[in-house]
Amino acid sequence: MNGTGNIVALKPFPDAARLELDDAQLRTNLRRATHTIRDKRLRVVGEVDDWEQLRLSGAAIKDDVLARLPELLERFEEAATKAGAVVHWARDSAEACEIVTALVKETAAREVVKVKSMATQEIGLNEALEAAGIAATETDLAELIVQLAEDTPSHILVPAIHYNRSQIREIFLSKMPGVTRGLTDEPRALAEAARKHLRAKFLTATVGISGANFAIADTGTLVVVESEGNGRMCLTLPQTLISVVGIEKILPDFSSLDVFLQLLPRSSTGERMNPYTSMWTGVTPGDGPQTTHIVLIDNGRTATLSDEVGRQALRCIRCSACLNVCPVYERVGGHAYGSVYPGPIGAILSPQMTGDGANKTLPYASTLCGACFDACPVRINIPEVLVHLRQKGPKSRAEHAAFASISWIMRDRRRYAAALRAARRGSAPLRGRGPLRRLPWPASAWTVSRDLPLPPKESFREWWAKR
Amino acid sequence: MVGQAMNAREEILARVRAHRPSAPVTVPRDYLPDVAGIDVVEVLVDRLVDYKAGVHRASAASLAEVLGALVASSATVVVPPGLPPEWFTGPVVRDSADAPVSVGTLDAAGVTVVTGCAVAIAATGTLILDAAPDQGRRVLSLVPDHHVCVVWTDQIAGGVPAALARLADPSRPLTLISGPSATSDIELNRVEGVHGPRRLDVVIATR
Amino acid sequence: MRIALFITCVNDLMFPGTGKAVVSVLERLGHTVDFPEAQTCCGQMHANSGYRAEAMPMVRGFVETFADYDAVVAPSGSCVAMVRDSYPRLALGDPDLEAGVAAIAPRTYELAELLVDVLGVTDVGAVFPHTVTYHPTCHGLRMLRLGDKPLSLLRGVQGLELRPLEGAQECCGFGGTFALKNAGVSSAMLADKCGAVEDTGAEYVVAADNSCLMHIGGGLSRRAATARPIHYAEILASTGSAS
Repeated sequence: MNGTGNIVALKPFPDAARLELDDAQLRTNLRRATHTIRDKRLRVVGEVDDWEQLRLSGAAIKDDVLARLPELLERFEEAATKAGAVVHWARDSAEACEIVTALVKETAAREVVKVKSMATQEIGLNEALEAAGIAATETDLAELIVQLAEDTPSHILVPAIHYNRSQIREIFLSKMPGVTRGLTDEPRALAEAARKHLRAKFLTATVGISGANFAIADTGTLVVVESEGNGRMCLTLPQTLISVVGIEKILPDFSSLDVFLQLLPRSSTGERMNPYTSMWTGVTPGDGPQTTHIVLIDNGRTATLSDEVGRQALRCIRCSACLNVCPVYERVGGHAYGSVYPGPIGAILSPQMTGDGANKTLPYASTLCGACFDACPVRINIPEVLVHLRQKGPKSRAEHAAFASISWIMRDRRRYAAALRAARRGSAPLRGRGPLRRLPWPASAWTVSRDLPLPPKESFREWWAKR
Repeated sequence: MVGQAMNAREEILARVRAHRPSAPVTVPRDYLPDVAGIDVVEVLVDRLVDYKAGVHRASAASLAEVLGALVASSATVVVPPGLPPEWFTGPVVRDSADAPVSVGTLDAAGVTVVTGCAVAIAATGTLILDAAPDQGRRVLSLVPDHHVCVVWTDQIAGGVPAALARLADPSRPLTLISGPSATSDIELNRVEGVHGPRRLDVVIATR
Repeated sequence: MRIALFITCVNDLMFPGTGKAVVSVLERLGHTVDFPEAQTCCGQMHANSGYRAEAMPMVRGFVETFADYDAVVAPSGSCVAMVRDSYPRLALGDPDLEAGVAAIAPRTYELAELLVDVLGVTDVGAVFPHTVTYHPTCHGLRMLRLGDKPLSLLRGVQGLELRPLEGAQECCGFGGTFALKNAGVSSAMLADKCGAVEDTGAEYVVAADNSCLMHIGGGLSRRAATARPIHYAEILASTGSAS
């Protein structure tokens, strides 16, 4: 069953990337932001002596969860239910949106406040609620910026990473009620404006909607990791809390958290610990929401699970470290990937979750430089999965023929040696005029920005034979 | 609706059963059980200062005096039900199950909340609140703009694994607090002070 | 020790000078180098482009060609990474090939590994009185963990002045067919790399992979920059002022 929602690219990556590449401001913003976070991450990871052991444990815990997922999901459901939560299941985004919308309607609320959540972005919950006449307010600063700008997220952790401070100021000036021209573009002033804007909404909201970073099977506990306190507001103040959780978010037990609470903050915001982490188990009388729902979603996760090599993508804890170190992401930003999961992890997650379509071009959106694998706190070998998914990627007949014939030449030393001679002879008439500056298609893609040297008069093996 | 949801549950579980990896996984646990060989008080202070929290020291005898000075300019001091009465000589608003303090009261200007904590983590500068009587409901340490948290030196663990192991009951509402509220959402630079308390004072007390 | 040179297909056709340099350095150090002529290509381009089946004959060919040698040396971090990192995965399910790969992969070295780790040399007696900047290529850096092995060899070269490269560890944007399939992104990455090279003012940009150097060099040439690409083996082979 394929996943649906905001994870389906409409355009092939090269076409989408071309548009983004033309935006010089975007590239400046991305460069500044990603380089800031890279240095911070390296600093705080460098001070952890057992970082590699933590990575190995984190990867193995997630693999263990995948191997025991049916039992752990059932255990989670049982524990959460016993603690007072109501557990729902959704096969795809439409079903998940339907469940959440119905739950909100039962409360008669017309407005909901939202904690930043990739799962709800993935299923397009805001759009579904709006269609049902329910206004969803994003309360994470970056999500709020994107929502006010009527834009889409471009980063997993910082959905508004493509905007700089002065652009954010402009968005606030035109879209946030009560903001005056006196607002400066100081990050502190912008954060203060968001605080004022959202305060009343927090204090009056009756329904909160969240995702979860982790779901503990033993206890039925959900965990939300955040920075601003908007999460705590949404998780504490409303009477009803609805949490949308991917089935791969399960951890077996509370003690496994000690690994992930060390790996996640340092990998994502480059901090030793994020300002706030909330954990709640069902309902606590007199403290926080008295009605809690948990919607467990598949939406392409079981399809991903079925691929022996590709399933390691389900270890992902959404830290964004791979985006922040990716040279491709840095040049084109998140929108080029056409999914709420952009960057290296998106390039292996989105196509596996959704099957056919433009997403199949995503595994080619990488030089296989390996920076993502190095940064990944749960050791997802992203280059390995990219190469694996290219087996199923779109291939033109001409390309296939070219690769097949090169393979035919390369499997025999005589054919290979003859090909070298032919290449050398073929280029002989051009020798002496410097490198090639313009070639016909498909080599024109090379000479768009690069000259190409000609083969020298003698190949290595010809030199060796004469030696 | 219910019938449909049951169908989804069974279908998802069946798919997971069909597609999950067949080989069992052994989880290595070679990471450090604690951050050893550090002065936990010194490291905790260093991390808290880095997060721009206020850090103060007290003994059991001087605690009331230190807390008094920290709330001297507060209009209202709110405390959870089980905060020891001897910590405050002046008037406080005490939260209770019978007469819970309203969110409006907590949101008023000049409110300071004073709580204890369950455990602290030196290596990450983290305070863990587990809703015990000296910490109270989660909303108490959330809505007021000023949070004063008392940490006894024997509550400080070195690293994350040791701290989590000390928690009595993980199914209680837990809040991990590492400095005042902050955001990195603008150009990935950290700015302190968004929705949670913008001022966090930590009093490290020796019994 | 029986050392075989794996020249790699790109070097064989386009950069024979690098192969000659490897032979010259090793012979200067007193070793004999063999060149098994049955060798062709490691199959990396096929495997990485989604043509696994078409890559397999090359994997088998490599294993057969080099089975009898104590050490295989290649002046390419990328091709060595293919053998050491990808071959074991590609061979899965074929016990004979798995065994063949398990035997040869650990004995296949990038030149700096052979010199520094196996032969214990960092001063090869080279002289190269020029300014250079070093670009650590991705597969050497992150798959082989070459670290500063090539740099330690360059530091032993008489007269050489090494200039630090800003953003050295960032990919140049080549990525095999990526340079064609995503030419725009590739060119944007290349522009930054070329800019960083030019900022050093060095005469040469040095690396352990001629494919990456062909990319960077192609960009520098298009920009009419003065810096020229050179494989570090050719620097190690140099004993005079002529380059």
